[in-house]
Amino acid sequence: MSGEEFVPLSLTPMLIGVLAAVACALPGNFLVLRKQALIGDAISHVVLPGIVVAFLITGVVAAAPMMLGAAGAALVSVVMIEAIRRLGNIEPGAAMGLTFTTLFAAGVLLLEQSDTSSVHLDVEHALYGNLESLIWLDAIGWESLLDPVALAGLPPELGRVVIALLGVCAFLWLFWRPLVLSTFDESFAQAMGIATNRVGVALVMVAALAAVAAFDAVGSIIVIAMFICPPAAARLMTNRLEHQVGWSVVFAVLSAVFGYVFAGYGPLWLGFDNAVSAAGMIATVSGIILAIAACFAPHRHRSGAPAV
Amino acid sequence: MFWNALTLQLGYNATLVTIGATLLGIAAGVTGTFLYLRKRALVSDAISHATLPGVGIAFMLMVLLGGDGRALPGLLLGAAVSSWVGLLCVSWLTQRTRLSEDAAIGAVLSVFFGFGIVLLTVIQTMGAGRAAGLESFLLGATAGMLFNDALVIAGGGALTLVAVLILRRPMTLLAFDPEYAAARGINVGRMDLAIMALALAVTVIGLKIVGLILIVAMLIIPPVTARFWTERTDHMVMITGLCGGLAAWIGAGLSAVAPAMPTGPIIVLVSFGLFVASLLLAPNRGVLAVYLRHVRFQRRVHLRQGLLALAQGQPIYEAYTVRLLKQAGLAHADGVPTEAGRARAAKALRDEKRWELVRADQAFESAAALYDGLRDIETVLTGDQISEIDQRIGGPQGVAS
Repeated sequence: MSGEEFVPLSLTPMLIGVLAAVACALPGNFLVLRKQALIGDAISHVVLPGIVVAFLITGVVAAAPMMLGAAGAALVSVVMIEAIRRLGNIEPGAAMGLTFTTLFAAGVLLLEQSDTSSVHLDVEHALYGNLESLIWLDAIGWESLLDPVALAGLPPELGRVVIALLGVCAFLWLFWRPLVLSTFDESFAQAMGIATNRVGVALVMVAALAAVAAFDAVGSIIVIAMFICPPAAARLMTNRLEHQVGWSVVFAVLSAVFGYVFAGYGPLWLGFDNAVSAAGMIATVSGIILAIAACFAPHRHRSGAPAV
Repeated sequence: MFWNALTLQLGYNATLVTIGATLLGIAAGVTGTFLYLRKRALVSDAISHATLPGVGIAFMLMVLLGGDGRALPGLLLGAAVSSWVGLLCVSWLTQRTRLSEDAAIGAVLSVFFGFGIVLLTVIQTMGAGRAAGLESFLLGATAGMLFNDALVIAGGGALTLVAVLILRRPMTLLAFDPEYAAARGINVGRMDLAIMALALAVTVIGLKIVGLILIVAMLIIPPVTARFWTERTDHMVMITGLCGGLAAWIGAGLSAVAPAMPTGPIIVLVSFGLFVASLLLAPNRGVLAVYLRHVRFQRRVHLRQGLLALAQGQPIYEAYTVRLLKQAGLAHADGVPTEAGRARAAKALRDEKRWELVRADQAFESAAALYDGLRDIETVLTGDQISEIDQRIGGPQGVAS
């Protein structure tokens, strides 16, 4: 494939897919270890009402208010889950399911009630994203990577995903020790003077940041899949956290690259004309990786469990 | 107008939708009860998302075989098969690998859903226009509901209810004490799968009305609501059915009279409204009841501490205590006891001394276990026992010279 075709049409979507996948997989490691994997699921559902409310307030489809709205919705949902759990003495899973379905229903209803037909805002878009449309029209080939004029025309989603990824990395780097301690031994972490509750909330907020930035570019399916599948597969590969994080990044990148390639070019190889959903295909590939890991990975059994 | 919708006088389609939704609400609530009691409410999320690839594959197969791709029974069959596969994946991942159940649920729901989306885009390119309507399984669409669709929902709902009726005892046992259930000879793994299969059945028949994302709410919210009102499983099942049916009935009615009100989300929001009302108002477990209980407890503690302080002639600095004593007519605003207050204070101090002896005496061990600082000693011991203790305390005596 020539650079003239690849750079404008496929490079940026692929890059955005990879960066979004990594940004979600990194906090996903801790969510999976803390048995909070479904927080990612909940966040990605409540992002919809968040952006709808942001749209209704500002009246424009712009990135900044929507990201704020989505982040606000994530915060509201976390508070709501916690409040329902404590006030009603309800188990966390049910509180979570109750919260995110209600908020999602409210989002759908708001969307139907308001006149959003003129703008590109609908439930399908929120679910699938529009990875394929994030093309770089100013590019003419590999040499455009060094051309400042063409670089200015990069899709803005790329910048936001990069910022989110940097934010996630900075958070993990700064709070690595408290995060690890409070994940594996909460009471020891408390004895060491770490505010474990605040660490937990901070982790969820960072996950929300990654989810919102990724959601903006690639839709909510990838967000849920990348929060859970690469870290889960990585968990089966190793017993060391550092290695697990490394494996999860590798799996996230593999899923994004192969998912995008299969979606864009797979049907052509099979003799069909049209590409299929890249977001769905990336999620599918991550599932295949997880399935392979679950069958063959060296540390797939529980420690102490008899070999089956 | 709204009343007309509720009483089924708003035309053929609205009537079908209302009846279908109400039946679905009852079936979903009843099934969800056991899912909730087993603490696996979110498995329904994996089940519902995993229906999508089945819908896609069923559509493609039916088109390839030359039929109409949108025949509801075929699509529902496909949905049931693929979400069964998803369910098996969840339990396989949980049992055979070190992954915890939430990770397994999340992985299955996102991967199956993603694959379903891939299939939907394939279908879109297969035959122009014919796939229109498959997206409606995401959020449900009641506008074009046919009589046959309503029959499928009613029949499926009735079968589910019968199955719950048959399996209710082993399922209850499993929910509360899995080890005991296993010891009684119940195959725990299989019974778990049976609970899931019932949830799956409800999910599949609910796809048409509320769609796969919101059916989860109909399985989770009514049981959580009902849990506030009762401590008994059989009552809970009935209340859950009531809540689920009521929410669906009101929701379907609302969506029939108001334009641009999709049925699924409205049902979920009505259901949530019932939940909030129960959370606040339910007796015993409701927030209001808990708050009132707390206030009453606080009053008793303050009154008792105030009386003990009065009896020992100590000053009371706590404003709330003084206010309570004054309201009860036991003290003046400056904290000086009234005549009645002196009597009550003396009694409180005497009771305290009685308790001290009771707690020191092995013979009263069981009574002493009930001591919490607030309980009236008369409610624990008989009059004879109390007078026996009083003899040990003895009456007031002069100073021996």
